[in-house]
Amino acid sequence: MSFSWARQYEPQTGVTKWLDERLPLPRLVYNAVGAGYPVPRNLNYMWNFGVLAGFFLVLQIITGVVLAMHYASDATVAFAKVEHIMRDVNWGWLMRYMHANGASFFFIVIYLHIFRGFFYSSYKAPREMIWLLGVVIFLLMMATAFMGYVLPWGQMSFWGAKVITGLFGAIPVVGEPLQVWLLGGFAPDDAALNRFFSLHFLLPFVIAGVVILHIWALHIPGSSNPTGVEVKKESDTVPFHPYYTAKDGFGLGVVLIVFTIMVFFLPNMLGHPDNYIEANPLSTPALIVPEWYFYPFYAILRAFTFDFFFVPAKLLGVIAMFASILIWFILPWLDKSPVRSGHYRPLFRIFFWILMADMALLFYLGGAHAEEPYIMLSQLATAYYFLHFLVILPIISQIEKPRPLPYSITEAVLGKDEPAAGTKPAETSA
Amino acid sequence: MIRLISILAGLGFAIAALWSFGKGAYVVMTEGMGEQSAEYALHEKVRGPEGGFSFDGPVGNWDRQQLQRGYQVYKEVCSACHSLNYVAFRNLADLGYDEGQVKAEAASWQVPGIDPNTGEATSRPGLPTDKFPSPYPNSVAAAAANNNAIPPDLSLMTKARKDGSNYLYALLVGYGEPDPAKLAEYPEFETPTGLYFNKYFPNVNIAMAPPLTADGQVTYSDGTEATISQMSKDVAAFLTWTAEPTMMKRKQTGWPVLGFLLFATILAWLSKKQIWSSVKPRKED
Repeated sequence: MSFSWARQYEPQTGVTKWLDERLPLPRLVYNAVGAGYPVPRNLNYMWNFGVLAGFFLVLQIITGVVLAMHYASDATVAFAKVEHIMRDVNWGWLMRYMHANGASFFFIVIYLHIFRGFFYSSYKAPREMIWLLGVVIFLLMMATAFMGYVLPWGQMSFWGAKVITGLFGAIPVVGEPLQVWLLGGFAPDDAALNRFFSLHFLLPFVIAGVVILHIWALHIPGSSNPTGVEVKKESDTVPFHPYYTAKDGFGLGVVLIVFTIMVFFLPNMLGHPDNYIEANPLSTPALIVPEWYFYPFYAILRAFTFDFFFVPAKLLGVIAMFASILIWFILPWLDKSPVRSGHYRPLFRIFFWILMADMALLFYLGGAHAEEPYIMLSQLATAYYFLHFLVILPIISQIEKPRPLPYSITEAVLGKDEPAAGTKPAETSA
Repeated sequence: MIRLISILAGLGFAIAALWSFGKGAYVVMTEGMGEQSAEYALHEKVRGPEGGFSFDGPVGNWDRQQLQRGYQVYKEVCSACHSLNYVAFRNLADLGYDEGQVKAEAASWQVPGIDPNTGEATSRPGLPTDKFPSPYPNSVAAAAANNNAIPPDLSLMTKARKDGSNYLYALLVGYGEPDPAKLAEYPEFETPTGLYFNKYFPNVNIAMAPPLTADGQVTYSDGTEATISQMSKDVAAFLTWTAEPTMMKRKQTGWPVLGFLLFATILAWLSKKQIWSSVKPRKED
């Protein structure tokens, strides 16, 4: 699809003309991220993070493939192999620090991308499929990152793997056999390390495939925008190239500066010191925590400390943790407000910022020791998290009176617009 | 329909979480937050050496004289019990030794070898390509010789602890007696036999006997006075180097990369401004 005014690809040389008639790959790129893709002209910098996430996916794959050339997924040598990369492989330390911090930055930009979607309701019709595929990508990323953290075979690798696979043990009846089947044994060892390495190598390519579907689905309705008003005519849009390639290029530069500071000057700040101790099944660390980007969900897991009627606390925690992400799948059908952008939804906007504060609190609590007052705080934060998505959103979308929307994107940008023939301008806000 | 189900499910999750909250709050109200343990009260926050380390910060660099002194402390004191598995003698060139000195230094250590005539296990002088030898043949021997506590490998120690370089320094100077004022509040506290009180160790009783006990325990060839604090600082610096020999290359590579990115980002910003100038609404006043 495209808007009728989208520019058409015209091969300029004999070679590109020849190629265009046989395999129109340049045409595909032109229409996907080139001048052939009309994009709303009013996107703010929150719309940079999709491209940035794509950049970090590619960076992770490149650095990861190089690291895999020097690594061995054997529990007796895995830890030493990582040190071999750090000490003896030319620029190995750079590859590893870029990969480890690259994972963190991938999650930073993805979280901002998701929160952008929450605020501007990017999940609403006709963009539900983009949102659903995005949640699938996020779940795949979590699985990939979790298995990647096991590969250095440090103390947190081992105990993290033990705790997370132990979650499956909470499932009634099939739980324990399932856990043994997943690990290939009763505790993480060679079998688990080997399969995690294999899957950690495979899943990024699966993610890349789903990313292609995500972008494909995006090009059907076109990009959303901060007003939430759909594109009506050519003056509402600009071609992706050069306008948004230039804007994304600047955004990429800013993020890479922060990334460089982390990689070269604070490479271990986001990691955990315990992972520089080789895995030891006989010595349990004082505090077992996953990587920082899992903290909110880890906080939800640990919030359930007492059995609720016949449901054991551990099972409740596991259900709540998985549900906390799975509920994003039904978000397009929970929030029925016809207005997309949070800018025009006074009530929604208040609760959105409460949710952001709640998420920030869960981030903090997930990394804290399991002691009071952190446990009680995480219980309150968990309760709000579920109330927000499952109760508050459906209700406010019914009772809220949204502010008037601009007639078009052009009007929102320029302050005035000539209505197209046959349509009346909507009432405008001052 | 879907919203009705979701509201019920949402209330269910919230009530289950608040149920745990209520029961937890009840326990806290009736039993209090739990008493602070003696170990927690006697533990002190890590304090690094006066003036910090030469390698601190984004422009810090190794002090090679200090690394050589720290190596001497490791060789004469720590290596009796602690291995340095990931470091090879050839790496000592980083400390400022030339090729001949590295060879001589390697040869001063005995490493496991094989008798070329009989094939029996034996020992031979080290070569630059060898890694530092372990003081014990295996972990069972290490445990047996050390009251059941295995001395950990030191290669990565400063990265394996929070604020590792400062922690290591603090640990080495932190032996002594507990603060009597605090101890009075916990009369039942005592350091078990075979353990030693150290206020910077996480549970304050450590299995390692004080390794640096007297000034002048090693004799520095560069004339530096070998106080306990000086030796601790030097060996902490040396073990920071063993944990990450590439640290200087990392920091020194970072600056040009950062400079290039700043330049490229300014260019990107200018070109973005230029490209958008034709469609940006002009401010009318």
